Amino acid sequence: MTETFLGLPTTAPRGVGHLRGDRSFPAAAREALSDSQLRHNLAHATSTIRAKRARVVGEVDDWEPLRLAGEAIKTATMARLDEHLLTLEAAVTARGGVVHWARDANEANGIVTELVQATGETEVVKVKSMATQEIGLNEALAEAGIAAYETDLAELIVQLGDDQPSHILVPAIHRNRAEIREIFLREMPGVPRDLTDDPPALAEAARRHLRAKFLSAKVAVSGANFGIAETGTLLVVESEGNGRMCLTLPETLITVMGVEKLLPTWRDLEVFLQLLPRSSTGERMNPYTSAWTGVTPGDGPQAFHLVLLDNGRSAALADEVGRSALHCIRCSACLNVCPVYERTGGHAYGSVYPGPIGAVLSPQLTGVQDNASLPYASSLCGACFDVCPVRIDIPSILVDLRRRHVEETAAGGRVPSGEQVVMAAAAWVMSDVGRWRRAGRAGRLGRLLARRRGQIGTLPPPLSGWTTSRDLPAPPEETFRDWWARTRAPGR
Amino acid sequence: MNAREEVLARIRSANASAARPIAEVPRDYAATGTRTPGTSEAVDLLEDRLVDYKATVTHAAAGAATAAIASALGTAQRVVVPPGLPVAWRPDLVECVVDDGLSAAELDRVDAAVTAATVACAVTGTIVLDGSPDQGRRAISLVPDRLVCVVRTDQIVETVPEMLARLEPTRPLTFISGPSATSDIELDRVEGVHGPRTLHVVLVAAET
Repeated sequence: MTETFLGLPTTAPRGVGHLRGDRSFPAAAREALSDSQLRHNLAHATSTIRAKRARVVGEVDDWEPLRLAGEAIKTATMARLDEHLLTLEAAVTARGGVVHWARDANEANGIVTELVQATGETEVVKVKSMATQEIGLNEALAEAGIAAYETDLAELIVQLGDDQPSHILVPAIHRNRAEIREIFLREMPGVPRDLTDDPPALAEAARRHLRAKFLSAKVAVSGANFGIAETGTLLVVESEGNGRMCLTLPETLITVMGVEKLLPTWRDLEVFLQLLPRSSTGERMNPYTSAWTGVTPGDGPQAFHLVLLDNGRSAALADEVGRSALHCIRCSACLNVCPVYERTGGHAYGSVYPGPIGAVLSPQLTGVQDNASLPYASSLCGACFDVCPVRIDIPSILVDLRRRHVEETAAGGRVPSGEQVVMAAAAWVMSDVGRWRRAGRAGRLGRLLARRRGQIGTLPPPLSGWTTSRDLPAPPEETFRDWWARTRAPGR
Repeated sequence: MNAREEVLARIRSANASAARPIAEVPRDYAATGTRTPGTSEAVDLLEDRLVDYKATVTHAAAGAATAAIASALGTAQRVVVPPGLPVAWRPDLVECVVDDGLSAAELDRVDAAVTAATVACAVTGTIVLDGSPDQGRRAISLVPDRLVCVVRTDQIVETVPEMLARLEPTRPLTFISGPSATSDIELDRVEGVHGPRTLHVVLVAAET
């Protein structure tokens, strides 16, 4: 069967990568909520970063004009994405790089594996990259006998702890300093036994651990924060210098970039280099940003490959409401302000993209049915939109994804849910004044269920969906309509 | 259909579902600041921001950077410099290695590097190196543990747009804002990971 020729969206394939959880969000969240250490770690880290972000964003008088410009640049870029990709391809090729295209995770993993094998190496060093996490590149390389070493401190903590990332920017946000010290003592060869949990000491341990790797690595794999179409320039924004090590010292560099990471012009970067660091780490500027264009003779890797990845992005682009989720620059500000993320952490979302942006991005990359619980993992409070540096209206996309989920479920002929039964009944009752009046009076029967405090604690299914986590106030003795008729009706 | 054609076809199909006029991007943000590049106001702001992110800053009069550089090198015994660094900026009291394509392992046995810069952005405390002969390969400002960066005051602009406008994007660029750092432990900033743990900036007055 053909797919794209007919214009049907093609989502990210199952069985590869990390976009789908093995449980629904409520089931995974329940477990996370009972972990008091996790909740303490998350509350501490997110409140720290929220304060830092608020302080440095407050320094910028033209923050709103910058957000509006960022949103407009991304909208315009997506509208001509095919042209910009071709411009980028031509510019990278002209400067000595090789451009590859990957329809999905399997294809991208295959391309990178073959490129590494062609060098004859069995080890690669990696710069933190969401795209390569998304496609499960490390696992694919391991199957081919290639060891991938994560070099970002948080990714290293996750990799050494045989753990999963739980945050876009700081994948080990769920670990505190004492836990990190334990992981290092257990998994890092040669680490001093008297290692303390002082953060500078932990950073020093990571420096020593990776130094020899950096100096001897022949192949590096990175992602990219931005790709500039007109010049073919790629950028990696980082803090520790591990990115610079990977982008500078090896002989071969392989960069995997989602097709949505493009900016048309070098000038556009002036907006995003202001928005990203302040939104992300709460710094005026991150310590290091590297920019490279193809190959520079005598400086840095002399072989450069760029893998352009779709993996469901074109499917997201086909959704009129949801396509703006592709504007995301992965700052993670929306995670840090989200009352749901702050309590459940990232693992509950089941995808490498957690938090509010993950709840809109993951279902679009995989198809809504494969991440059906995520659009509901939100109170719709709107804090995510307020902090988003490119003004992605996450609450509206969440609501629209809920609509898609309900409609697709109904169209699929599945057994209607309790909520659907109740909503259909409510619609029937509310569409007729007589039915509505009688229903209001009938509701008084609910008083029989009420306990002494005037609260209803348990209801039978499907109404138990409400009462398992909340009480329902007992209905009043008299309906509003009856009260109005008794006290205000004409002739009284 | 190969992958390239198929990905492009998918994108075109996704974009074809609605008319997409290209609206003008509103650029109502500040392109320039209130401080004229190179003035003492711009220099003061840069120094304030560099110090805030744990860099050390010293000043030197025009044509008199040598002593400031020597002092910035601290206890370093072996120092690497790019081939095009002005001779007056080369340290003469310690062993000075001119980079001619040193390996990473050789650079790891050097204590410090001295480079010039292309531009500095005051509001963010950022210095950019672009691989010109007086700045050298990216590796020399990365592997040694101490970086001494010499910035002329006429290279200092206030804002990010002014900084980017002075750069040639196709050169290999490194934007440096303070010493290497991480926020990965409890989201608090800690200085000193893989890049140079000491950043010393020497601000040299421009020739008048």
